[in-house]
Amino acid sequence: MALEPVAQSYPTRWKRPPVLLTHPLWRKIILLGGLVYLVLAIQTVEVDWQRVYLGLERGWRFVQGFLVPDFTSRWNDIYAGLMESLTMTVTSTVAGILISVPIGIGAARNLAPAPVYLACRGIITVSRSFQEVIIAILLVAMFGFGPFAGFLTLAFATIGFLSKLLAEEIEDCDRSQIEAIRATGASWWQVVNYAVQPQVMPRLVGLSLYRLDINFRESAVIGIVGAGGIGATLNTAIDRYEYDSAGAVLIIIIAIVLVVEYSSSYIRRWVQ
Amino acid sequence: MLKLDKVSKTYKTGDKALHNACFEVPAGQVVGLIGPSGAGKSTLIRCINRLVEPTQGSITLGDTELTGLNRRELRRARRRIGMIFQEYALVERLTVMENVLSGRLGYVPAWRSYLRKFSPDDIAQAFSLLDRVGLADHYNKRADALSGGQRQRVGIARALEQNPELLLVDEPTASLDPKTSRQIMRLIRTACQERNLPAIINIHDVMLAQQFSDRIIGLKAGDIVFDGAPDALTDEVLTTIYGDEDWTQLRGDNGEQSTDPEAPAVDLAEGV
Amino acid sequence: MNTQVPGAQSSWQFRTPKQTLLRWVGWFWLVVLTVFCWQVMNENTIWAFVSDAPDQAADIGHRMFPPAWSYINNLWEPLWDTINIATLGTLLGILIAVPVAFLAATNTTPSTRFVRPLALLIIVASRSINSLIWALLLVAIIGPGLLAGIVAIGLRSIGFIAKLLYEAIEEIDDKQVEAVRATGASGAQVIDYAVVPQILPAFWGISVFRWDINIRESTILGLVGAGGLGIQLNASLSTLAWNQVAMIFIVILGTVVISEWVSAKVREAVL
Repeated sequence: MALEPVAQSYPTRWKRPPVLLTHPLWRKIILLGGLVYLVLAIQTVEVDWQRVYLGLERGWRFVQGFLVPDFTSRWNDIYAGLMESLTMTVTSTVAGILISVPIGIGAARNLAPAPVYLACRGIITVSRSFQEVIIAILLVAMFGFGPFAGFLTLAFATIGFLSKLLAEEIEDCDRSQIEAIRATGASWWQVVNYAVQPQVMPRLVGLSLYRLDINFRESAVIGIVGAGGIGATLNTAIDRYEYDSAGAVLIIIIAIVLVVEYSSSYIRRWVQ
Repeated sequence: MLKLDKVSKTYKTGDKALHNACFEVPAGQVVGLIGPSGAGKSTLIRCINRLVEPTQGSITLGDTELTGLNRRELRRARRRIGMIFQEYALVERLTVMENVLSGRLGYVPAWRSYLRKFSPDDIAQAFSLLDRVGLADHYNKRADALSGGQRQRVGIARALEQNPELLLVDEPTASLDPKTSRQIMRLIRTACQERNLPAIINIHDVMLAQQFSDRIIGLKAGDIVFDGAPDALTDEVLTTIYGDEDWTQLRGDNGEQSTDPEAPAVDLAEGV
Repeated sequence: MNTQVPGAQSSWQFRTPKQTLLRWVGWFWLVVLTVFCWQVMNENTIWAFVSDAPDQAADIGHRMFPPAWSYINNLWEPLWDTINIATLGTLLGILIAVPVAFLAATNTTPSTRFVRPLALLIIVASRSINSLIWALLLVAIIGPGLLAGIVAIGLRSIGFIAKLLYEAIEEIDDKQVEAVRATGASGAQVIDYAVVPQILPAFWGISVFRWDINIRESTILGLVGAGGLGIQLNASLSTLAWNQVAMIFIVILGTVVISEWVSAKVREAVL
């Protein structure tokens, strides 16, 4: 049992084996390819350093504007934009939820028949494929400028988001509970009401609140393409180089996002 | 050689976990630390390498007073103390070799350890220790690919890789089956004998403690209530430590388990 | 829900009367709020335009078809720019987000009182502001071009990556950290050996996920002048060349589908 001397010639070198890309040739190819891509990509970035240098002064003014924001001189514009954004957020979230619940149920494989399933999945895919801003561009062209187009945009985007996650949640439902209710002779509606709803309700509430948060943030963006809301105000302020007003708008956005986030975590706890 | 003098720990919550612990451990002695859950065994062990800051008292290892050390000195002291954990505490996603080599971290500058460039001696020693614990072929496996007993052997190798002057062992067998537990205890025991290494083993299984220790210390509610040879651990003593229980009955049960035939020949760890 | 069981001594109710009342009041106010918001929002809506919308839609649809297939030759370069904006922007975001995440996680931050709130503030500011708004600002500050787009994408990515990453750091197994610390490892070594291995899969997953989102976002950054497909989109929109717009949409859709596929594959390989 004596401790053997190390002289029993154990290896003195050890190299950690690669974790990803274990094939040596492929690893070299992929790493080299990545490097080449990076060089090419960086070369495409043409930087006008003189313009950037000039911009630094503006950047500094923006930082100042952010630190000492001006809420008062454009308050009427800010207030109008904020109202549009908030009302748009609420109505589009509510409308989005109302529409996405049936679509979400239809897109759950364990509840819906095949044709309904495919149709609902199709709607979800279309809604998810396009950026809110692109949808907003189209809807503004159709419905004219203003928050109504924004409302439609956000509601449409909400449907893709909520229905998909809701459908996944329903598919993850405990099978035995559904079977137990079905075994009592319950109809399809009763199965949804008694077996599925209790299981997905907390998650649905959480997702809806999360979407409310996203919709508010997006409402600040789609205004840039004319769909109403605080984004339009922000766009104007930046166009006029009024960085202190722009700073005020950004601070308001951040503050509202914070409030929504905190209150939604509070509501979620209350629901569960 | 380790000396504890009036070591106490009171947690911020006001819980007195340890009260005036005094004892000395000479070189080569294996001390079994027993006591009910919450008696302060874990706290006592962690006070020694100051993973838990003791509130009072002094701890000396060799010539070093551990309680007053600053951060850098503490790191130097910690590398002299090997520790083996309950549920192994290996870094699951690293290889077995990296886990063993992490025992040298206290000796290696950060950039070398980041590049996994350890000295040839360290690597040879790691290979030799893995061979010693019967895992010679597993060095490039990820730690989470091993069984419980194998993981604990890696844990032992990691502690021994430090070339420690003291071994702290926290519930080494808590999640292992009875046979593997005995193999692990025997491995720790022989490693200590070979290196004349003192060890404190915190263990809830009284029979294992008696079998593999030179000395038993019993803790109850933060106080040392027993300190003596394993043979002196009578039923009365056990009752003072754990409260009323039919000890003869328990011994009988455990005795039957331990009469299992010794591990078959495939057990590499014991072959040395 | 208030079903009376005939013959039973007392009726069983799903909720206590107070709870029921509270729920109805909650629903009532929600409806009131929605109706009120609807009224306020549509004060200035010109309903003639809205009722006109189907005709407009038909008209636009008519102009979109057939898409201007040959226009795709003008789109390869903007597409390349778009991908570069997304990739370089994501890299920039990662570079800043990783230290911020370590400063924000309760178990790795040097100070919970001073450093952590600052890191959280950076995360919230970055997350609240969409990349298009960042681009709007940056184009005004450093001029139009790819750089503004890259920085915009980078700034928006910081919050996203840092938030998910610091949550991952906070969920790591403390015992592994303790074990490495017990060997006498320094702070940097503990992070290298105990923290990083545990969060690495999450890190790759988050980064690739964000890259996928960034590809989508960078397609439209050009609308405000920050380079990529959006510039072409803006030009075609302002000349009402709807068949070109349709072509751009097709390219965007294709890119998004491919990037989603790549991101799904990479995440599969990592986890």
